[in-house]
Amino acid sequence: MMRHCEIRKLEPSELPQAADALLSALGDTPSAHGRMQFAYASALPDGTLQVSYLLSQGAGKPYGLWRVKPDDGRLPSLANKLPLLGWYEREMMDLYGLQFEGHPEPYPLVLHEGFAPDAPPMLAPFDRQGKTLSGHAMPPTVPSIIGEDIQRLPFGPVRADVVESAQFLFFYIGEGILHYHPRLFYKHRAMEARFQKADLRTGSVLAERVSGIDSVSHALAYAQAVEAALGWRAPRRARYLRVILSELERLYNHLHYLGHLSKTTTLKVAEAEGLLLEEKLKQINAILTGSRFLRGLVVPGGLRRDLDVSKLAAGLDALEREIDLYMERLETTASYLDRLQTTGVLPRQVAFDEGATGPVERASGLDRDLRRDHPYAGYGRLNFTVSVQSAGDAHARALVRMDEIRQSRQLIRLALGCLEPGPVLRTEAVETPDPDGEGLGWAEGVRGGLLYAVHLDDARTRLARVKIKEPSFSNWRVFPFTVQDSNMMDYAINEASFGLSVAGVDR
Amino acid sequence: MPIWSWFGIKSGIATPPEGSENHGQEGVLGLPRLDAAKCTAAQDRCSDCAAACPADAITVPPGQPAALDYARCVGCQLCTEVCPSGAFSLSHDWALGVRDRADLQTNGATRELETALTAELAAFGRSLHIRHVDAGSCNGCESELQALLNPFYNLHRLGIFFTPSPRFADLLLVTGPVTAAMREPLLRTWEAMPQPRWVMALGTCATGGGTNGGGYACHDGLEGLLPVDVWLPGCPPNPAAIIEALLMLLGRRPQIVHGGRHGS
Repeated sequence: MMRHCEIRKLEPSELPQAADALLSALGDTPSAHGRMQFAYASALPDGTLQVSYLLSQGAGKPYGLWRVKPDDGRLPSLANKLPLLGWYEREMMDLYGLQFEGHPEPYPLVLHEGFAPDAPPMLAPFDRQGKTLSGHAMPPTVPSIIGEDIQRLPFGPVRADVVESAQFLFFYIGEGILHYHPRLFYKHRAMEARFQKADLRTGSVLAERVSGIDSVSHALAYAQAVEAALGWRAPRRARYLRVILSELERLYNHLHYLGHLSKTTTLKVAEAEGLLLEEKLKQINAILTGSRFLRGLVVPGGLRRDLDVSKLAAGLDALEREIDLYMERLETTASYLDRLQTTGVLPRQVAFDEGATGPVERASGLDRDLRRDHPYAGYGRLNFTVSVQSAGDAHARALVRMDEIRQSRQLIRLALGCLEPGPVLRTEAVETPDPDGEGLGWAEGVRGGLLYAVHLDDARTRLARVKIKEPSFSNWRVFPFTVQDSNMMDYAINEASFGLSVAGVDR
Repeated sequence: MPIWSWFGIKSGIATPPEGSENHGQEGVLGLPRLDAAKCTAAQDRCSDCAAACPADAITVPPGQPAALDYARCVGCQLCTEVCPSGAFSLSHDWALGVRDRADLQTNGATRELETALTAELAAFGRSLHIRHVDAGSCNGCESELQALLNPFYNLHRLGIFFTPSPRFADLLLVTGPVTAAMREPLLRTWEAMPQPRWVMALGTCATGGGTNGGGYACHDGLEGLLPVDVWLPGCPPNPAAIIEALLMLLGRRPQIVHGGRHGS
């Protein structure tokens, strides 16, 4: 069974007890480490379904994995005990037709109201030529909110500016927001289903196209999951090059983030400077890899080809002062700080219970980072500091990212120093392959913890089931808790401060 | 408190001057080139490229050399790695916008298209307003569209603007393979646009489905859904490629790809 995991087989009736035991083990304050991560369904060889719950049990410790066979398609819902499971359970209801009894919000999530399929789509093999779902858009299920002065504003899915499609429903009085409901999954592309029967190389191409601005993190988590299943280990040079690629991805994304945050706080010049710095990073990416998004390199076993890193350090050094001055100026701009401080506060407990990840959770005082807690690629031998803030507001989320920009540069320098000539691809087992052909892989992406659970077919050459735990899926669930009871003027700033991807959550 | 305007002016113009060779895409790989004369499939029935292609962009008809459809190609370059005869090779061909989808296919029917601009489009002179709709992209295309507004590309200098309202838009620019849920909002946006109006399919998802089209959740791009005036494949097309395609629509740049071949 899955490497890096301690498995526990449970009966459906034992699930609530197991959840209670997990909660009491955590105690009164949210532990910095142990937490439920995600849940997913998969088909066993005999066609029956099993549901897997993955838990992190703390830094350096193996993951916990609960496995349950639903009783006639039914399981008790754990969403009331472990709220972050609420969306995963609804996803399994939509795509696998499972029922979670006692679910507090038993409504469609991934497949919108009005688009109900004849049969749950993940129960049948993925058919590219198959019929596309059709339907007429129906309003989402929201709480009944009645009052004379309450305005209802549906915004999207086609919104102003060049943005990803999603609909935001606001119920508000004057400036005050009473209720906020993001309707996501307009961009659901059945990405997990596309991995079925794909070969291992195609899997990398698909992983890079789940969320384009997170291409490296996806390809890396996927590749490491396949390597865990097959007992492969990427060569040393490839492991450090993977660190460099991951941190370059963080750099251009975080600079974009600062430019976008400046835009929402109406700092035109700071917006232009941030986006120009992002562009310069993307051009560095292209010179290094041939792709502005660093695509086409990370595959199971290492990298598809070696990289010439001789110009990289000079390119980054040339930008260092510019980036530092930019961040310094932002941090001394009163109008910018005024808009960020105390805006969109995410309390630590909510961040923990609802599953916040990445810079969002670290800005709310949760000190977790997969690069340090479960080291992968070359991170185990590289010294860096995990940035944590406690205020939980938009400013704290920006501060965490600014510090990560500095840490990323440092990590790239350290990784460059560890590079020695050698092969970058090794596609043979150096450890015992997983007997069931299953593997778990992870990466601390730009937006947080990203995990891939991969099940290979009997021949171990193709994919049978791939589950993606996407950081934006986690953070989009958390985000509304910071919007309720805030005001309309702060909304755009707050949303920008979360740095969310829609393609990632929708998959 | 910093005086941002002063810092802005001091840092000078970031946009390369008009006509400059610096398009900002040094090193960027484009879609692969196919030299069908080198392909040995007709003799040895090799079909490694088609088997490796994750997007069904390559076909090997019996007794013929391989054929490539750029409209479906995501530029993963796997074909260039598996091809034993060197027929597929890496390239920096990314300015791939065309008016006729068949021009993206190496075995496409060559048609004499009306190359002269319609009187309507010419009347727009040098200004164009775009309504972008994300119909299910991976957000790579959005990232590059947003880049058009950074100081390096500064799209406004060309008289081209994004507009929030479809009522003010001349061009509908679509990314993504068109998901089930985005089909209706996309078509309603198009219906809300005043005539004359144009449509551009941007990125391989929109031009032919790519790796992400089809299945229960997606259509296969814009073909059959909307009348497309410009097809620009690429995964994603880089900002310079997008600018080339927009200027091509306005008659300010020539089309570079014909019959699946880059160059004249």
